[in-house]
Amino acid sequence: MSNENLIEISSVSRTYTDAESRDVNALKDVSLSVKKGEFLSIIGPSGCGKTTLLRLLAGLDRPEKGEILLDGTEVTAPGAKLGYVFQQGSLFPWLTVKNNIAVGLKARHIYADNKSEVDRFIGMVGLDGFENSYPHQISGGMAQRVAIARALINNPESLLLDEPMGALDAFTRIDLQNKLLELWKENHTTMILVTHDVDEAIYLSDRIVIMTPRPGRISEIIELKLGRPRNRGSEDFTLLRTEILEKLHLASKTTEPEYAI
Amino acid sequence: MSIETIEKQELLGQHAGPAAEKSKRARNIVFSVLGFAAASVSSFLIPDNQNVDDKVYRIILIGLILCYILTGILSCREKTVWNKYADRAPFRFAMGILLGVWDLLSTKTSILPLPFFPGPSQVTAVFSQDTAFLLQNTLYSLRLFTVGFLAGIILGVVTGILMGWFAKVNYWVFPALKLTGVIPAVAWMPFALTVLPTSFLAGVFLIAICAWFPVAFMTAQGMASTQKVYFEAARTLGAKQGYLLFHVALPNAVPQIFNGISTANGLAFTTLVVSEMMGAKGGLGYYINWAKAWSSYDKVYAAIIIMAILFSLIMKGINLIKDRLLVWQRGIIK
Repeated sequence: MSNENLIEISSVSRTYTDAESRDVNALKDVSLSVKKGEFLSIIGPSGCGKTTLLRLLAGLDRPEKGEILLDGTEVTAPGAKLGYVFQQGSLFPWLTVKNNIAVGLKARHIYADNKSEVDRFIGMVGLDGFENSYPHQISGGMAQRVAIARALINNPESLLLDEPMGALDAFTRIDLQNKLLELWKENHTTMILVTHDVDEAIYLSDRIVIMTPRPGRISEIIELKLGRPRNRGSEDFTLLRTEILEKLHLASKTTEPEYAI
Repeated sequence: MSIETIEKQELLGQHAGPAAEKSKRARNIVFSVLGFAAASVSSFLIPDNQNVDDKVYRIILIGLILCYILTGILSCREKTVWNKYADRAPFRFAMGILLGVWDLLSTKTSILPLPFFPGPSQVTAVFSQDTAFLLQNTLYSLRLFTVGFLAGIILGVVTGILMGWFAKVNYWVFPALKLTGVIPAVAWMPFALTVLPTSFLAGVFLIAICAWFPVAFMTAQGMASTQKVYFEAARTLGAKQGYLLFHVALPNAVPQIFNGISTANGLAFTTLVVSEMMGAKGGLGYYINWAKAWSSYDKVYAAIIIMAILFSLIMKGINLIKDRLLVWQRGIIK
């Protein structure tokens, strides 16, 4: 195994039983390597297994076949090494912004020695003045900033983001995307982002993984050669968007029809 | 009259706001005390038909009038406090009128016959005539209630946590809980009196057991209702079982725990009084029984009034603690 690969996913499969007790292949034979420090996006239509893959990566779920290695060690349970940002509503409603961010330190019993870290991360995500607000008192965009700061304070090997901007409006989304890039540069965290927004993936990523549904598998991995910062209106950006959209379209055309199981 | 002068002061004290608002405030304060004022006037002016001491009743009436004028003026400063005050004005008026009518029907005319229906003067006179004994029994009740209720809550929360966290405990304890839950706690009275050495301990046992059921049930339910995403988020942040239990599931259950405690409070108070009436040698329940034996119905009513005040004070105390602990809910739930 190459030294610069942080995560190795090899031949991972996961099947679910749906409400009508039929087996659904959420993931079939998926293999993927993630380099240390890279920004990787996983994109695909709903039902392609991208969230399932992310949950397996985090240890929130276990694969039926195959294995997932983090730094050469198999991921068997969730932990502080892999930060996870949920779609929305994962902040503890009974804790203030400050205490939500401090959860990681408190849960690992290292809060007493690292109290100043909490303030540093509040500043880093631009939430000064909201330390003592409760989650229901802040906006959706701010809540996701808290969720990101809460995960980053543990200094994880990798940050797994499950459509963290899916529920936000366009302006807030762009704002948070820039914040994410800033945090990525500052903390050198390996980012793995699940999204269904092609622009978001192009704007942020070093590599884009395109997945297709039924069964969920990787159809293509695109290496982005665009420089940073990226301009969403540039020709290269537009060409890339057209290319990815075509591939997604093509990918969903070649998939098996829903009734043939 | 003093009402008018204070009313004027209030009008002058208000710098901002239209005059209509000021006169509305003054009207609400007058409305609040008008009923009690009418009751005082009839108490002072109409001669008594019964041989009673009106002193305490009159002091209470004047005290209420002064109290509502004062709180009315003080609550002007804050809008929400004032709205609450104004909202209660018709109720206070009705209370005053009710007291006056009761006074007229009993003390003043004896239309309500003695000894079964003493007037407000006679009932309130008990507070000054029988102060020491009444106070002693009140404290006795309070002691029994505090010990039994706290024991029940602690027992309930612990049982609830174990049930909410360990499926095995839930499997074995839940049927027992359900069974004891439907039985009124006082049904255990003969058992408690036989097994436990003192009637005080028997009372503690009964109150604890009746508070235990709703608290345990609601705690377990509150913990079980924790959203999966909270556990998952905590685990990805490095939380282990202990943290998940005490810092995720338990805080999530606190609103429900307080629902359980409120329910338990009513049950425990009933159990307190019934157990005192049946077996105890002190307490307000005992006092009622004792007074009834002497046909002193004024004392029975006096004890009932104290119970009502005691119960609402306890309720208020619980709500204060609840509001303090559930600050984070402010704005989510109305």
